[in-house]
Amino acid sequence: MHQAAHTHGGHEAAYESGWARWLYATNHKDIGTLYLWFAFAMFLTGGVMALCIRAELFQPGLQFWQPEFFNQLTTLHGIIMVFGAIMPAFTGLANWMLPLMLGAPDMAFARMNNWSFWLLPPAAALLLISLFVPGGAPAGGWTLYPPLSAQAGMGMDLAIFSIHLLGLSSIMGSINIITTILNMRAPGMTMLKMPLFAWTSLVTAYLLIAVAPVLAGAVTMLLTDRHFGTHFFSAAGGGDPVLFQHIFWFFGHPEVYIMALPAFGIVSQIIPTFARKPLFGYVSMVYATCSIAILSFMVWGHHMFAVGMPATAQLFFMFLTMLIAVPTGVKVFNWIATMWQGSMTFETPMLFAIGFVCLFTVGGFSGLVLSIAPVDTQMQDTYYVVAHFHYVLVAGALFSLFAAVYYWLPKWTGYMYHEGRGKFHFWWSMVWFNVTFFPMHFLGLAGMPRRIPDYALQFTSFNSIASVGAFCFGLGQLLFLYNVIHTIRGGVGPAPARPWEGGNTLEWEVPSPAPHHTWESPPDLTTVRRGLIAQAVEHEGESDEPKSENRA
Amino acid sequence: MSQLSMRKMMPALLLLCQPAWAEGEFWTFQPPATHIAQQIEGLHSYLMVVILAIFVLVFGVMFYAILRHRKSLGHDAKPFHENTTVEILWTLIPALILLGMAWPAASVVLAQKDTRGATMTIKATGFQWFWAYEYLDFGFGFKSKLATPQAQIDNHHNGGEAKGEHYLLEVDQELVVPVGQKIRILTTANDVIHSWGVPALGVKQDAIPGFIRDTWFKAEKIGTYRGQCVELCGKGHAFMPIVVKVVSDADFKTWIASQQARAKAMQDDPNKAWSDNDLLARGRQVYEANCATCHQADGKGSGPFPALAGSKIANGSKADHLHIVLNGKNAMPNWGSLSDVEIAAVLSYERNSWGNKAEMVHPSDVKTARGAK
Ligand code: HEM
Ligand SMILES: [Cu+2]
Repeated sequence: MHQAAHTHGGHEAAYESGWARWLYATNHKDIGTLYLWFAFAMFLTGGVMALCIRAELFQPGLQFWQPEFFNQLTTLHGIIMVFGAIMPAFTGLANWMLPLMLGAPDMAFARMNNWSFWLLPPAAALLLISLFVPGGAPAGGWTLYPPLSAQAGMGMDLAIFSIHLLGLSSIMGSINIITTILNMRAPGMTMLKMPLFAWTSLVTAYLLIAVAPVLAGAVTMLLTDRHFGTHFFSAAGGGDPVLFQHIFWFFGHPEVYIMALPAFGIVSQIIPTFARKPLFGYVSMVYATCSIAILSFMVWGHHMFAVGMPATAQLFFMFLTMLIAVPTGVKVFNWIATMWQGSMTFETPMLFAIGFVCLFTVGGFSGLVLSIAPVDTQMQDTYYVVAHFHYVLVAGALFSLFAAVYYWLPKWTGYMYHEGRGKFHFWWSMVWFNVTFFPMHFLGLAGMPRRIPDYALQFTSFNSIASVGAFCFGLGQLLFLYNVIHTIRGGVGPAPARPWEGGNTLEWEVPSPAPHHTWESPPDLTTVRRGLIAQAVEHEGESDEPKSENRA
Repeated sequence: MSQLSMRKMMPALLLLCQPAWAEGEFWTFQPPATHIAQQIEGLHSYLMVVILAIFVLVFGVMFYAILRHRKSLGHDAKPFHENTTVEILWTLIPALILLGMAWPAASVVLAQKDTRGATMTIKATGFQWFWAYEYLDFGFGFKSKLATPQAQIDNHHNGGEAKGEHYLLEVDQELVVPVGQKIRILTTANDVIHSWGVPALGVKQDAIPGFIRDTWFKAEKIGTYRGQCVELCGKGHAFMPIVVKVVSDADFKTWIASQQARAKAMQDDPNKAWSDNDLLARGRQVYEANCATCHQADGKGSGPFPALAGSKIANGSKADHLHIVLNGKNAMPNWGSLSDVEIAAVLSYERNSWGNKAEMVHPSDVKTARGAK
């Protein structure tokens, strides 16, 4: 994805070549590239597992797998997609783009950056090795609830260590992102003037630092329950299995936004570019991001409505969960207002961004339905929930990632991708995504439980449709791979520094492909200003002092 | 909100996109059989109407912009970027709409949570992988297991046998309750977390080992209502259905009487002198009812569950064998709730089947072992 190395002279020649370049990488662009390829490999791995699941569910009865293995597939699919695909992809984007967008020469801690990436491959290896140990991979769902997870074989221990590594990696990545954003912005770029992607990355990084240790704690307690005779989660020893769920979801709900906020940031970059208009309501976007982040710590109980809790607790979690719809709505309205009266064009990144807005809104609606506790007791642990979170994760997080890749690919590779094939990838994904996941709402309403390898006859038609959709959707992602490789190999021709007419953030000021080292001296004030004025985030009363990074 | 008109309208709206499904397939809630289930459906219909209205409005504006405000039509961008009034409005109005949703929802939450005044209490215990019910007011109970034959489930060979009408939703013995009475269900579990839910009755309550939770329902209509375990509980998660048969008061009374009589007859006579053969035969029944799900009927075990055929414990001392069965170990539950005769019988059976050869265990041994504990 990265050819900058060969197009640049001078001191560039000094850095390593071959494998050493990647193993010892400290350059934010190289590390970003590593993250993105890793995430894509994990996406394919998790995707193949998803197809194995959908193959089994094409028809009632057991045809391909035994239930044990089916449960391993669902569990690994979930863990790999969340921790292996979506999260690293966002970190990769932050690595590649934040220094470019902020006018910084690199990430704050280059060596830690290397370390935080290289923890990921061993973590992924542990997860995959677990398939081959006695007892197989963990099979208790990505939520790993005990006592079921306490029963499992050593595959569970491997998963626990893997989660430890993933957590460490996330924390280091977050420290890097926070420090870079707070300290390394170009002179003149105040907090309320930086691109929204930087804001959402910042808030996401804080969320991760807050909750990654919580998950690590929960799985460590699970580990000691399994091997060292503690009874945190075992009622027989005075513990409580539900305690795990509380801790898990205290991590888990913010985690949901860790996968959503960066997507909001990306879309907030792309829509203004292709509408040729500044982002509407920049400041309210920032407030909405922060309030979603804060609320996300107070709603974990909505994942546990069927566990049994006092009516007051149920009401508390229900009201707060519903409240999240307000800032989420503000975001959607702002995006639409950005499009309103624009001069829009619909290149692939814009298509994916609009697709994101449409489908994420549908996911938000089903989230609202689920927030109503009595309705949720009916839907909890059914396919309705599966439909809901795939609308926010696939059509949300994943579509935003596709949008980002098409948007920045010219900057990364120096070449333009093939627009027709990009658009085809979008429409293909859009259609088959809905064919796959929309019927799941109906299945859930009718009461089909999730995480089952076989189902009653009344659920047959929708399951068959969903399986067909899933295979077509999956197939389409090979086209994405093809598009990316084709672009790296020259695409449809060289890309200009500013391939998008409406693009005015700082990354478009550097040549395409972005040279190995950029912004070694910060962009001058006029360059920063020009971008900012185009973004129109100048505010009355906002200080115009050139040097303002210390205010951060 | 008028629930009735809503219930008629929604299907009409969605009929357009609904192909002809096979008989009995649902695309929305199963017909509610309790007041709560009806209220849930009413809430959902109400939400759908509000959501559809917002959807049409918001997407209408967006698609208008997408169609009209494009560069290819020569539309110029107007670089406005904020408007405090609009921004305040679209924060406040959604908040008000949410209040309108929260209010009716809260009253259903309170009704759902009110388990007082039940006429009878039934305890539902989740096991890997079946449910057991105890009628606490009537002093008897039974296990309720999947009745679908394995040959229908297994498609690996010749595509499997033809699947029956209630494939995976049928049990050997249903939970029977009287119509129109408030039934309180206590849930708990023996091994891992399960969840007891029946969509048409509008109930779902996790069953948590070591804890008791409660929920209730009051069926308005005679009929049979089917649900499934809804919390992942291991490899048999899809195979532990819940079937509730709602009958008239009179039918319920006859049923209770017959169950009580049967329970009495089933009890092993404590004074009976057991011959080895009787004990082994009884042991086989107990084994198949309780142990075979994990250790398998052929004693070969599966996955994390060890084989008993040739096992050290099943061929070793009586004391060790009794210890593990009475106390459990890791995933192995303790079976102390079985009677002395049942334990003696099943141990003897395990010690003398599948090539195992070891001493018989007698009810008196079990009694001693329990005493020693
Ligand atoms: C409008 C905002 C949202 C609301 C009101 C909302 C609400 C809910 C509720 C109430 C549940 C519990 C459902 C149940 O288990 O029965 C849930 C589950 C879930 N949500 Fe959301 N959600 C929202 C946005 C998101 C976003 C942005 C994501 C991810 C990017 C997400 C991912 C998930 C996931 C993965 C689950 C499944 C949990 C499980 O394993 O059961 N949600 N959501
Ligand atoms: Cu279960």
